[in-house]
Amino acid sequence: MNNEKLIELRGVSKSYDGETVLCSIDLDIHEHEFVTLLGPSGCGKTTTLRIIGGFVTPNEGKVFFNGKEINDIPPHKRPVNTVFQRYALFPHLNVFENIAFGLRIKKTPEEEIREQVKEMLAMVNLKGFERRRVDSLSGGQQQRVAIARALINKPEILLLDEPLGALDLKLRKDMQVELKRMQRQTGITFIFVTHDQEEALSMSDTIVVMADGKIQQIGTPEKIYNEPENAFVADFIGESNILDGVMLEDYKVRFSGHTFTCVDKDFAPKEKVDIVVRPEDVDVVAVDKGMLTGTVSSVTFKGDYYEIIVDVGGFKWMLETSDYVAPEATIGLHIEPEAIHVMKKSEYSGKFGDYSSFSDELEHLADPEEEEE
Amino acid sequence: MKKGSLFQRLAAAPHILWAIMFIVFPMIFVLFFAFTDADGNFSFSNITSLSQYGHVFVLSIAFALIATVICLIIGYPLAYFMSKQSPRAQKMLMVLVMLPMWCNLLIRTYALMALLDNGGLLNSLLEALGLDKLSIVGTNFGVILGMIYDFLPYMVLPIFTAMTKLDPKFIEASQDLGCTTWQTMTRVIMPLTASGVISGITMVFVPSISTFYISQKLGAGKIDLVGDTIERLFQNPSTYNVGAAISLVMMVLIIISVTIMNRFSDDKQPGDPKAGKGGGIMP
Amino acid sequence: MKFLQRSYIVLVFLLLYIPIIVLIAFSFNEAGSLAEYTGFSLVWYEELFADEEALTSLRNSLVLAVSSSLIATVIGTFAALGLHRMKSKWIKGSVNTVTNIPMMNPDIVTGVSMMLLFVAFAGILGTSDFLGFGTMLIAHVTFNLPYVILSVMPRFKALDVSLSEAAQDLGCTPSQAFFKVELPEIVPGIVSGLMLGFTMSLDDFVISHFVSSPDFQTLPLYVYNQTAHNVKFSMYALSALIVITILIILLVVNFAGSFGKKGGAK
Repeated sequence: MNNEKLIELRGVSKSYDGETVLCSIDLDIHEHEFVTLLGPSGCGKTTTLRIIGGFVTPNEGKVFFNGKEINDIPPHKRPVNTVFQRYALFPHLNVFENIAFGLRIKKTPEEEIREQVKEMLAMVNLKGFERRRVDSLSGGQQQRVAIARALINKPEILLLDEPLGALDLKLRKDMQVELKRMQRQTGITFIFVTHDQEEALSMSDTIVVMADGKIQQIGTPEKIYNEPENAFVADFIGESNILDGVMLEDYKVRFSGHTFTCVDKDFAPKEKVDIVVRPEDVDVVAVDKGMLTGTVSSVTFKGDYYEIIVDVGGFKWMLETSDYVAPEATIGLHIEPEAIHVMKKSEYSGKFGDYSSFSDELEHLADPEEEEE
Repeated sequence: MKKGSLFQRLAAAPHILWAIMFIVFPMIFVLFFAFTDADGNFSFSNITSLSQYGHVFVLSIAFALIATVICLIIGYPLAYFMSKQSPRAQKMLMVLVMLPMWCNLLIRTYALMALLDNGGLLNSLLEALGLDKLSIVGTNFGVILGMIYDFLPYMVLPIFTAMTKLDPKFIEASQDLGCTTWQTMTRVIMPLTASGVISGITMVFVPSISTFYISQKLGAGKIDLVGDTIERLFQNPSTYNVGAAISLVMMVLIIISVTIMNRFSDDKQPGDPKAGKGGGIMP
Repeated sequence: MKFLQRSYIVLVFLLLYIPIIVLIAFSFNEAGSLAEYTGFSLVWYEELFADEEALTSLRNSLVLAVSSSLIATVIGTFAALGLHRMKSKWIKGSVNTVTNIPMMNPDIVTGVSMMLLFVAFAGILGTSDFLGFGTMLIAHVTFNLPYVILSVMPRFKALDVSLSEAAQDLGCTPSQAFFKVELPEIVPGIVSGLMLGFTMSLDDFVISHFVSSPDFQTLPLYVYNQTAHNVKFSMYALSALIVITILIILLVVNFAGSFGKKGGAK
């Protein structure tokens, strides 16, 4: 991105009652960008957003807007508007008055208000809803009102705090497309907070992956997916097989008892590393043609592909393949050099095991507070 | 909100001051008067003299208990049946329950007396029919009847509210799981409306045990309850101390019984003898 | 089964309403007796409205109810705000407990406790003529306060913090945000607290009985004195008027007004 820097966070930290939520964050956000702050609950993404919105004052560090420090500027004086998590529509005002709220505060002439609200309603596909009570609207419609209410003020930046969290899957997909369209149409910088990696991948220009109050990686969706910086990012974005490996020399890495050719270099000799291989990048071949050999322990039909779990010397790999493989069958695995991504060891190394207890549901059960924050 | 401003932190101050002046101090004065004699010297004589009022306490507690139990027996099925009517009928019945609650107690008691008195309508009718007169006013029965009549709505309203809040899915689920109508009643509906019953009991028992107007009118002054005793003792400054002692004992009795009752309910709400009155009109 | 249920409902309500209906019916009885009905007449209403004392006590009741409910609403609303924002659980809990004492206590205990307070103060000031409007007002404000707080507090608790943030986000200063967004959410609670206080005050007899003087009589006190000895048919008329007024108010609130709806949709 060559656009101007709009927001800069420098060494921003925040803690509540001695508990650190943000740990010295540095972040640049540019004009016209769609930026997503992505991470699990409690990673500090919402706090970061609220610092930009002015609702939280950092303990340390500085926030710059267009190069000027704005730490002490209250929310109502910032050229930033927010779409709140549960929309925060004013229940005593109808749709029109909710959207007109910001303009009325600015004492905009009535004529202009009417015109702009009309324009906004058209943009969010809510023509004719002016007089409706906000509590008579569906979740998706409330969402649109919340967006219109924020955008009508022509902010430089729109902050969106998990705005799609309360919608069902179908509506969510539609809104993703629409949000992207609105962002392009208005050219406003969007900062979007979510814990849903698919949402982040499909909407963003830039993704900021956060965990434990720190930024783990900043990059385009492709870069984040294909070249995760560490085991956390690899695990959080998409499915991945994360293994321990040793870099023998440039372009040569050893893991799972086999030496592979790879495309990575510039590691110390014999450096211990983490290896990421995406499930769709492993080819199933005959046993004698495989680099690795394993036994199929489960097969799940997923529509356009089969998801299979393969036991290779005790480590369970996840593979995605379009060809059916019988359970209990012994198969060979082939991995192209481009499919192997080598990462430096980090604090997250070894935290993510194999797929031996894999189940979508278990994952959710293990993290009951996922929907919180 | 980040920090409460000074204004916000001081917003409760006038109320706290008021509560200390006019709630805490009066309670302290009740204690003070109960434990001093007419000259202001510390004394247990008021408390010890209470033994002569023992029968009054027993009578009051008995009357209040009987009235409460009968109100529950009449009121629970009533609330249950009401909750099974159409929404429109329920609304109308709600108004009919609330109307007596919002009418002054004196008026209701007076109306009942007009009906039951020796020269009242009932006896005029009986006389016209050539039957014997019934003397109800001036008897224990008359006083208990007055309590039931005056306070029945206070039993019905909270139970009815609890009934309407009951999700019909629970009832369907219990039937689905094999409960008979009676089992659904005892195993699902009753436990789920227990909090309503508890507040109903409190709202009938507390005013019953402390009333003096009902016993004055329907007891024709012949029946002396705790309320009457307190009222009489506070007519004369020389008996304020004994009156304070009796009030104190009654207060303690009520606190104990309300606390025990709230033990039976999961509801953390304070036993609120009057909330139903306000709760009714603007739910 | 449905039939039996309905019959039971009808029976209980009939028993509940017969005395009131009798009272209203005989308030129009010319004879002034429950033994015979000699014809429709408004003579008891005329007697009531000719009674200077009745009209004075009605006026007193209204003055007291308006002033005590207004004072209680102002103090109570600020109290709810303060208590809501208060950090200390301990102070909050004890203030709530103390506030609820007049609600939990039998009215007679509240009445005599306030009377003792006034007696003690009068003793200190060396006066014997201390009961009157002032003491009545203090007592009524005191027993209205818990009801105001009870109606306003849930509104503060239900306030979504992000509403105020959203308003600030859209350009409001914090105080603008309070008045434009938070206050409208709280107003229904304040209004119902005010109305509750007003009616509680109009209705109160027991507490007033202990803190009043003959100089300042409210309607319930007037009824009490009038019914102390003999049957007065002008009291039937007064009761009938009160019952009908309350019936009309209840019907309007529950069926016609949007007010009832708003209260219900909380």
